[in-house]
Amino acid sequence: MKLITAIIKPFKLEDVRKAVGDVGVQGVTVTEVRGFGRQRGHTEVYRGAEYLVEFVPKTKIEIAVDDALAERVIEAIINTARTGKVGDGKIFVLDLEQVVRIRTGERDASAI
Amino acid sequence: MITLSRSFLFALLALSVPLAWADATSVPAPEAAAAVAPAAAPAAPPAPSTTEPSVVLNSQINSGDTAWMLASMALVLMMTVPGLALFYGGMVRKKNVLATLMQSFAITCLVTILWYVIGYSLAFTPGTPYVGGLSRLFMNGVIYIKDVAAAAATKDTPAVDAVIGKVSVSHLGVTIPETVYSMFQLTFAIITPALICGAFAERMKFSAMLWFMAIWSIIVYAPIAHWMWEPGGWGATAGVLDFAGGTVVHINAGIAALACALVLGKRVGYNKEPMAPHNLVLTLIGASLLWVGWFGFNAGSAVAADGRAGMAMAVTQIATAAAALAWMFMEWTVKGKPSVLGIASGAVAGLVAITPASGFVMPTPAVIIGVAAGVICFFAATTLKKALGYDDSLDAFGVHCIGGIVGALLTGVFASTALDGGQAGSVLTQSKAVVATMIYGFVVSYAILKVIDMTIGLRVNEEEEREGLDVSLHGEHVE
Repeated sequence: MKLITAIIKPFKLEDVRKAVGDVGVQGVTVTEVRGFGRQRGHTEVYRGAEYLVEFVPKTKIEIAVDDALAERVIEAIINTARTGKVGDGKIFVLDLEQVVRIRTGERDASAI
Repeated sequence: MITLSRSFLFALLALSVPLAWADATSVPAPEAAAAVAPAAAPAAPPAPSTTEPSVVLNSQINSGDTAWMLASMALVLMMTVPGLALFYGGMVRKKNVLATLMQSFAITCLVTILWYVIGYSLAFTPGTPYVGGLSRLFMNGVIYIKDVAAAAATKDTPAVDAVIGKVSVSHLGVTIPETVYSMFQLTFAIITPALICGAFAERMKFSAMLWFMAIWSIIVYAPIAHWMWEPGGWGATAGVLDFAGGTVVHINAGIAALACALVLGKRVGYNKEPMAPHNLVLTLIGASLLWVGWFGFNAGSAVAADGRAGMAMAVTQIATAAAALAWMFMEWTVKGKPSVLGIASGAVAGLVAITPASGFVMPTPAVIIGVAAGVICFFAATTLKKALGYDDSLDAFGVHCIGGIVGALLTGVFASTALDGGQAGSVLTQSKAVVATMIYGFVVSYAILKVIDMTIGLRVNEEEEREGLDVSLHGEHVE
């Protein structure tokens, strides 16, 4: 099993949700986050006082999937979240040791 | 600190004890005699005095003027709560928003009581050229009564009912009840200290603020209002033109704000940590309420519903728009983007600058005054503040004092004798008023602040400041 964590542009969330749903993903966790990468922040000016906003708002999605599905989910995210400009985000893929469904106590593949 | 807050409350209560004075025993004899007789042949109504408050027959009150002044009072009150409260509240960090709103609201309450106790009398009754008398302490003599003797004498002749009611009028507004005039002026006495709050936002102790505002209201605001507006004041006698408060309200508040910024010092982390406004929506709503309320401020200062009020209203609207655009285009050119805070600040700068001139100028000078205020205040709030290094957190000095000076001086340039009730202006005379207000206001404000600092202290400690005044001073917070 894999845990796929993707940092994407916030306005791409709906497209990504639909695309990963289409390839068979049953659940997604979404968090609003801030961070920096190669995309530079921006400057805000309030009556002459300039503030550099270094952390850019992003959306983080987390998806637990079977190994078999992982590559297709990654492809789906790349295809929908890409704009071609700097700041499109990253995908992190981690091995997932265990998954438990709280309601039934089911483990691993059947719990995803 | 709790003890000090309590002693403050007791001081207020003690001042309010001699309420018994404020009854209706002070009807001057001549008017009483005039009203007793009219059963057979109604006597000529007493002419209102032009040098001191007097009592007239109820029928001499102008209902149109009174209706407009009742509305104006409400409009100007709206400028402070919620207008100014929101304008400032949106500009601070979220951890200080309630404390900032609280300042405006508490000042509204505090100054109301002090105005009733002594402020109105010191400002708007005859006295010396420097301060008014004590004849209206506790609003003693501000009356609206039924003359019982006259009522008995005329009870079979309903046609003369109108002459048995009596009402006091101020010599500054003889067609409206003195109750209305004094409450209208109260709203000016409220907003002036509330404007100062912009300078010490996010770091002043609430108890210290109450003490400062109470003392300032009595020994700075009331005398300066008397100088410029009461006919016996030295400024009014010298021909200073201040229609609605360029010196009395804006320069006065602005220079006190500078004293506050200098004595209190900078906020913890100033110029090192981000201190961006937390919600400019609140600020824009506040600026808009200020704009709307300002028609009560400027057009209301005609103390009549007449052509002069109409002209004051027109020039207020025009100057405000000109200043807002001027600031916006300046910022667009110099900083690259036209900001919401910028256009709102420009509008307020224009409102400030047209304040002394409204009622004395025509629309075209209003455009010039507006543009000048927008451009000059933009540089005051950005370049000048940075160069001098003080932390006038919300630009009370940069907008109100500088805008007030622009307005006061240009009133001297553009005042038109062609206007009904207009007067010729003099830049020299206006300058004297500006300089006198700045020196007196700065010195006395500075002294009050130093005394408070040495006794109860002006600032919260660093830990409280970091935590935010909402939680540390008021035990509340906003999500």
